[in-house]
Amino acid sequence: MKEFTYTITDPEGIHARPAGQFVKACASYPCDIKIAKDGKEVNAKGILGIMSLGVKQGQEITVKVSGDKEDEAAAELEAFLKANL
Amino acid sequence: MTEYQGKSAFSGVAIGKIYVFSKGESIIRRTRIEDKEAEKKRFDDAKDLAKEQLNGLYEKAMKEVGETSAAIFEAHRMFLEDPGYLDSVYSMIANEGINAEFAVATTGDNYAEMLAAMDDDYMRARAADVKDVSNRVISILQGVSANGLDSDEPVILLADDLAPSETVQFDKSKILSFVTRHGSMNSHTSILARMMGIPSLITVDYDASTVNGKMGIVDGYKGILIVEPDDDTIAKYQAQKEEDDQKKQLLQSLKGQKNVTLDGHEINVYANIAGPKDIGSVLDNDAGGIGLFRSEFLYLESDTYPTEDEQYEAYKKVVQMMAGKDVIIRTLDIGADKQCDYFNLDKEENPALGFRAIRICLKRPEIFKTQLRAIYRASYFGSVGIMFPMITSVDEVRQIKKIVEEVKAELDSEGIEYGDVDLGIMVETPAAVFESFELAKEVDFFSIGTNDLTQYTLACDRQNPNLTDFADPHSPAVLKAIQMTIENGHKGGAWVGICGELGADTELTETFLRMGVDELSVSPSRVLAVRDAVRKVDLSKYY
Repeated sequence: MKEFTYTITDPEGIHARPAGQFVKACASYPCDIKIAKDGKEVNAKGILGIMSLGVKQGQEITVKVSGDKEDEAAAELEAFLKANL
Repeated sequence: MTEYQGKSAFSGVAIGKIYVFSKGESIIRRTRIEDKEAEKKRFDDAKDLAKEQLNGLYEKAMKEVGETSAAIFEAHRMFLEDPGYLDSVYSMIANEGINAEFAVATTGDNYAEMLAAMDDDYMRARAADVKDVSNRVISILQGVSANGLDSDEPVILLADDLAPSETVQFDKSKILSFVTRHGSMNSHTSILARMMGIPSLITVDYDASTVNGKMGIVDGYKGILIVEPDDDTIAKYQAQKEEDDQKKQLLQSLKGQKNVTLDGHEINVYANIAGPKDIGSVLDNDAGGIGLFRSEFLYLESDTYPTEDEQYEAYKKVVQMMAGKDVIIRTLDIGADKQCDYFNLDKEENPALGFRAIRICLKRPEIFKTQLRAIYRASYFGSVGIMFPMITSVDEVRQIKKIVEEVKAELDSEGIEYGDVDLGIMVETPAAVFESFELAKEVDFFSIGTNDLTQYTLACDRQNPNLTDFADPHSPAVLKAIQMTIENGHKGGAWVGICGELGADTELTETFLRMGVDELSVSPSRVLAVRDAVRKVDLSKYY
């Protein structure tokens, strides 16, 4: 399993649109991907789950990737977060 | 005549017939099903059709109202791909043997409740979206078609609340105004109203049984709906509406146009802001950049010195939202009429002539450096300029530049990246006017602060109401000071702008253009009026 943390810098936090983009990025990988914030963990391949975390600017999320192509997926998702959120 | 008070979601006046929109509320019954696989397939088919419809609505909204509004339908489609949502429906069908309609309704309600309980206005407003998507699937399962707006003439549309899928189906040319009983400033209808630029109200508790089909007026300035107005009221609002329309048409036609004179001379018209919250109106009014970002709000709204990170976030937000357009940040201008307790400044006999602005910064370099570091870090994200207020001498500018170099060296040694930052000064003291040629050689630009320049040139306290007749900013002395600053600025290699109130005075626009001003920075709501004035000037004509 690969795991990394990221602190959101976008002033609007993870609202519907970036959540949707993140889900799309996750959906292209066969591995299992989870996002956690403050102990609550959700499936990163679902937009409602990500929205339910209510992640705001300055808050830290943990992304956990396990399974096929996990290294590749973790690297791409981290780059996505840095570029968009 | 009856009046209903609500909250305005968008200002303006609408006059027309009232149309009460009611959704065909469907009753969803829970039934037992025998063939679970067939029921799952029924749900899958309905879900796929709903996704197809949402793609169609996305395309329609893209064309009509643009990408920002259309994006909601893409999110809606993704709700129907959410593994949590799908699992919930599938497992209710498989484990409890209930019908697809009921499983979808229950799942939609659960997610809506979860979002409604969040401590975030934006997410709370999304609860209606989840219900909307679920209702779409249910309508398909039940074979009911969604209803649209049935009217030949444009109407004031009243509804409890409107879902995106409902509003997108309306013929926009038939809608004069939205009035909803529920909803918030973040709800889809409010956003759509702002996008369409039509007057709209929320939280209006109208009586649906009596108002349908009646004549109505929406006053988006006061937030009221008037039902069956009398003739005088109609005439009054008709006049107001005509005036609004004319103004709007004139100014709208200027958006996207250049600030160019009839003979082809172009200048920049920028906006003055007091914080990130003003950016919306800067963009709405099509300003070419920010000519004066007053940084005082960070200090005045705080109980203690704002940290480097707090300042950095605020500057960065503005710089990013301006997307590469110039953002000129003025450093701390505390003192005189703007006081902060935690600065512990002595009480002064003559605060306007006192320890203020750059004078504080040079005597307390630690405060100054914190701000400069924050601005330089934010400069990485766009095009940033810094200007220093209350300059009276070349020596002050050299001291400032030394501190700036120290800050840059610190950032370099920490490996923090920053952009190419232009440095300028406010010209607002007679001393700076007299020294303008020498000062111009030290900096990239000047910005003339006409309010203080008038006060100091005419020796008239800005705060003293008895001096109104003496403190005339159109005084030849003030105009000569401005002219001298522009000429010397250009000779010394600096561009020259005006960011004081005088910059927005369209009686003087031609005068400033003839003096050779390069930029006028005005409040966002004045940008288009100044553009209009610039476009009427012909510099090739001499009077």
